[in-house]
Amino acid sequence: MTARNRELFALIPASLLVTAGFTAVFIQRNDLLSDLSLTYGLIFLCLCLAAHVVLRFTLPHADPYLFPLVAVLACFGLVMLYRLDEDFAREQAQWFVAGLIVFAATILALRKDHRVLERYRYSIALAGILLLLLPRLFAPVNGAYLSVDLGVITFQPAELAKIAIVIFLASYLRDTRQVLVVGARRIAGITFPPLKHLGPLLAVWGTAMVLLFVIQDLGSSLMFFGAFLALVYVATNRISFVLIGVGLFALGARVLYAIRPTIENRVDAWLHPFNDTLYQQQAGGSYQIAQSVFSQADGGLFGQGFGQATIQLGDNPPILPAAHTDAIYAVITNELGLLGACAVLLVYLLIIERGFKTAMLATDSFSKLLATGLTAVLALQVFVIVGGVTKLIPLTGVTLPFISYGGSSIVANFILLALLLLVSDRARREAQAR
Amino acid sequence: MNAPILKLFGLFLVLFAALAAMTSYNSVINADAYRDNAKNVRPQIEEQRVRRGLIRARDGSVLARSQLESSGLYARRYTSDGALFAHAIGYDFLRVGRAGLERERNDALTGKRSELQSVFDELRGKRQVGDNVVTNLDPKAQKIAIDAMQGRKGSVVAIEPATGKVRVMVSVPSYDPNELDTQAGADAPLLNRATQSGYAPGSTFKVVTAAAALDSGKFTPESTVSGRSPVTISAVPLKNFANAQFGDITLTTALTNSVNTVWAQVAERLGNETMAKYMKRFGFLSDPPLDYPDSQMRPSGVYDLQKEEWIPPSSGRVDIGRVGIGQERLQVTPLQMATVAATVANDGVRMKPHLTDRIVDRDGRTVERIEPEEAARVMSTSNADKLTTMMSNVVREGTGVGAALQGIEVAGKTGTAELNIEKRINQPWFIGFAPLDKPKVAVAVTLENIQGAQSQGGAVAAPIAKLVLQELVK
Repeated sequence: MTARNRELFALIPASLLVTAGFTAVFIQRNDLLSDLSLTYGLIFLCLCLAAHVVLRFTLPHADPYLFPLVAVLACFGLVMLYRLDEDFAREQAQWFVAGLIVFAATILALRKDHRVLERYRYSIALAGILLLLLPRLFAPVNGAYLSVDLGVITFQPAELAKIAIVIFLASYLRDTRQVLVVGARRIAGITFPPLKHLGPLLAVWGTAMVLLFVIQDLGSSLMFFGAFLALVYVATNRISFVLIGVGLFALGARVLYAIRPTIENRVDAWLHPFNDTLYQQQAGGSYQIAQSVFSQADGGLFGQGFGQATIQLGDNPPILPAAHTDAIYAVITNELGLLGACAVLLVYLLIIERGFKTAMLATDSFSKLLATGLTAVLALQVFVIVGGVTKLIPLTGVTLPFISYGGSSIVANFILLALLLLVSDRARREAQAR
Repeated sequence: MNAPILKLFGLFLVLFAALAAMTSYNSVINADAYRDNAKNVRPQIEEQRVRRGLIRARDGSVLARSQLESSGLYARRYTSDGALFAHAIGYDFLRVGRAGLERERNDALTGKRSELQSVFDELRGKRQVGDNVVTNLDPKAQKIAIDAMQGRKGSVVAIEPATGKVRVMVSVPSYDPNELDTQAGADAPLLNRATQSGYAPGSTFKVVTAAAALDSGKFTPESTVSGRSPVTISAVPLKNFANAQFGDITLTTALTNSVNTVWAQVAERLGNETMAKYMKRFGFLSDPPLDYPDSQMRPSGVYDLQKEEWIPPSSGRVDIGRVGIGQERLQVTPLQMATVAATVANDGVRMKPHLTDRIVDRDGRTVERIEPEEAARVMSTSNADKLTTMMSNVVREGTGVGAALQGIEVAGKTGTAELNIEKRINQPWFIGFAPLDKPKVAVAVTLENIQGAQSQGGAVAAPIAKLVLQELVK
């Protein structure tokens, strides 16, 4: 069976899942079955088929599992959002269509050779940094500068910036990886990169620190810097570089922790979620993290079932804040239990596995680094938000890719997927030719 | 570069395993602790998802029911004259919490079954529904009692002596449980005066002293004691009401005329130990065994207001002579005094009082019936009979004539605790029961801070008791 036929078959379970999911929500809501769930399932299947046709003609050799896996997450997200609020789901469905258009456009634009991106690496890097700084011009949300409120839509530039920065780093490290390794010196048992090339790397570290300082968000800084370290490690195969990076980041974060109240609050709320003062604090307190774990405790092994989680009563303030964005993983655990939550984690893990597999198959350094970086940044995003919601690390507001409500997140992650598929198509085609 | 990529994948496997582990910890391993966390409102909300059972009066009328709100939760609605039953029934609201029978019978009202039974029901697709609670409360008598109080603060409690069924539980002022948010007031309407207020019992306590006197074998109704006034009790002179002088009189006469000096001497002769023993048998000194939340009940006994502590009556610090006439630092609840009357009425056996008659499931099957239960034998049947005769004299020709019924003999005892002698502010009392043979009801009535010449128990409390007795002996 060809890769595309495999993809086509894999889409069937995804569509069945969305149909089943909507059916479950309908049954729960009205105690009667509406054929609307079938309609939703059908529309979703048609959209996926359209994307599949684009892939069939443009990237016939690309990895067959990536797109269906993402479709499963996206449809799961739609059902979850539909259960929370029909308006969210409708808007998200529109963003899903927009995302697919951008996805197709990216593929069509780069299908000859995605490596043209390398030519524009400094422009892309500059665009990425500007995007990150953009929210500083607007009011902060929950003490962090992560989103831009344009009235009609709220836009999270960091979502797009993460892709821009990965492209830049992949390109930059392709150039310098040899010299970084060759010129390395051992001092006191630790291998240091050559001083000449230390500059740019320190600059990246500095950027991450500045970002932490400027956008006041530990989670996204961790995401960016983590992706950077992953790339440095893969490019040089020097664990010592990573350790130096981690040390510097920890040092910087420690200093910032002492001087920036937002970060301090986040950490305190994480360490003492049930402290009375922190719990009752209006902004930046521990209410959300406490409610998030309560919500998970409510789920147990099998969950309460679709639509059974306690999120809001009447018009009162929500019991679980940001249920459709930050805390959606808590809602999933609440309604589908530990098993449902682990299933979602497993889907992400499969995507990550396909992503790294693509990186390993790729023949040129840029493609390898690009696929690694994109996969790593996606994985880190999942880790940061799920880790935050489960109280593994301090909670910060990034979206759960493809599931959380949010237009910029959906569009950006579809671009990320398009780039991965572009790398994959070339790599698998070349592998077959060999 | 493939080796580091593989290692990187390995790292992410570990990180995701940590996520799965943390989710397991939150949702399964530590879930019980999180559910019990005081900040977690989900368990309460969960209970509001259950259609709570009805609470009914004795005649079947519905006092409390549940109504489905737009939020998907059930909310409690109380009968339009909810103020009539507010204290006994209590309330159940997500925001303010739970009180009264609503709290005491919460498990039944929410249909809580054993863990195994719940799993079974869930598998059979049965939704959890609450059972109905049928109370012993008598709406007519309840209304008569609350009307007779005429808005004066105080309490009326009526108990069926043979079974301990609580027929009336009134506390004035009352409140409308449907509008609980607006009920914060200076007069403490939420306070259940029947179980939570400690009042000076005045002469009604002489019934306890008389029971101890007869049952200890040291006195009979015909024993004579000097009724001159004043006498020295605990080195302090004690006078009779209006300093009235009596010669050597029998205990029967002394009870009929409520002679303080006689009963103080009787109590002194019985001693602290004996008095303490009989108080304990009557149910003083510990929370009453009512099916009602502990936090909404208090014991009766001798209380030191300065030190904020209970003093055992057996202690030498207690002036037992004055305890014997209901003075000293005695604080009693109306429920306790109704229990005293009911015990005498029930041949000296104290029954556990209970508001709940039975718990009935939605299909009308009785799940649980609250059977009459003996709490203690306080005195012998013959002594109880003698005391009954003495108390019937009080109503026939003594201070309690205000409670006399046409054609039905009533036994009783008045009380007037003087709170401010100069301003003539009193706490009037009446306790009693009827009819004399096979008593159907025992009652306690008290009112707070009644001022004026006509503020004695016989004048104020006895007529209220009469109306309640009249209704309940039918």
